Amino acid sequence: MNRRKINVAVSGLNNIDSPGPGIPVIRALRESKLFNPRIIGLSYETLEPGLYMHDIVDKSYQVPFPSAGISAIKARLRYIHSIEKIDILIPNFDAELFNFIKLEKELYEELGIRMFLPTLEQFEERHKANLFEFGKIHKVKVPYSRMIFSVAEVPSLVTDFTYPLVVKGKYYDASVAYNPEQVETHFNRLSAKWGLPVIIQQYVFGQEVNVTVLGDGKGNTIGAVPMRKQYITEKGKAWAGISLDDKKLVSIARKLIKSTKWRGGMELEFIKTSEDEYFLLEINPRFPAWVYLAVGCGQNMPESLLSLALGEPVKPFKNYEKGKMFIRYSYDLIVNLSEFEKISTLGEL
Amino acid sequence: MHIKKNIAISDSGFIFNPSTGDSFSTNPIGLEIIKMLKDGKSREDIKEAILKVYATDQSTFEKDFYDFLIMLQNIKIIETDEQKKN
Repeated sequence: MNRRKINVAVSGLNNIDSPGPGIPVIRALRESKLFNPRIIGLSYETLEPGLYMHDIVDKSYQVPFPSAGISAIKARLRYIHSIEKIDILIPNFDAELFNFIKLEKELYEELGIRMFLPTLEQFEERHKANLFEFGKIHKVKVPYSRMIFSVAEVPSLVTDFTYPLVVKGKYYDASVAYNPEQVETHFNRLSAKWGLPVIIQQYVFGQEVNVTVLGDGKGNTIGAVPMRKQYITEKGKAWAGISLDDKKLVSIARKLIKSTKWRGGMELEFIKTSEDEYFLLEINPRFPAWVYLAVGCGQNMPESLLSLALGEPVKPFKNYEKGKMFIRYSYDLIVNLSEFEKISTLGEL
Repeated sequence: MHIKKNIAISDSGFIFNPSTGDSFSTNPIGLEIIKMLKDGKSREDIKEAILKVYATDQSTFEKDFYDFLIMLQNIKIIETDEQKKN
């Protein structure tokens, strides 16, 4: 079968101890039976390992941080597009999604670059700060949560919560606090790193289980694979995981996709209690870094996302392999200084 | 007591619960008992089979067998008739 040539720009090349999904997404695309992609890496830092993985990424470009604003990223993309003729762009960072969602229509109309992203309403609705309300609307259990903007609010938390509770950063990061002093410590660390508000969530005892999902934007689930982390790093990231035979969890994910009409990839993070109740902890509005496990289980969701972005019909996956594991490893890339120099000075590699 | 339907049991004594992702290893006697449970044998049948082959007395076996079943229940490998209905 002829694999169609296509130029795909991908961000999230930080394949580090807290990895971005870029490299796993690219690996999935490289294994596509439909597409033969040329991969254009988009990086924010000069030490993102993906920049130097030349068998994975064909060409890389530095892009401005999301805080630089929409016009800065647009100008940079216009330049990259003039050279690379990007067909599809897959952003993989939560923090950059707002800009890309805003740019989706413009980039397509002006440059012909396609994306397949959630709508701004979907993106905002599932935000950590809004998740409790989201749960009420879409009929999924969510632990009670509340935003706080100052440490002065910490003493009043006892009226709404019982300890332990979870202190969460605006975009990333979460820590469990067993007393008000620990809440203050976590608040200061998280607000300095990710800004305000900080989210306080009731701690739920149980087993964490996650699902990677792809929605077609019309309420249909194209793929869904549940996973349990078997080994967790100090940063709370999965170092090993296993696909589960959990029909109830997949059914909850499907119902959520139907109810939200989610467009694009997402990761649902749940706690499963000993009574087999599922509490939604978080929705990440893009594929997780472990999405390659789904490929290993028979669901190449990044490939399907390309087809969806092109407006082509996609058959939903019906099955996946259960009990399939992933185990991460670290690997030392040997890099010539000239390469580091090139990306540092010219912003291209 | 029943072994849950989707539990995978290998001849090496490796047990995998695909619903939870948990895996366990058991020794040959544990494996033998699990296989008999899977075949739908009653507690009495299992007791009789083990006492016939192994040099142990009835009360020691019953105590160990009871502990083993509780453990299998805790790690969600077996379920009661009541749990099966739910």
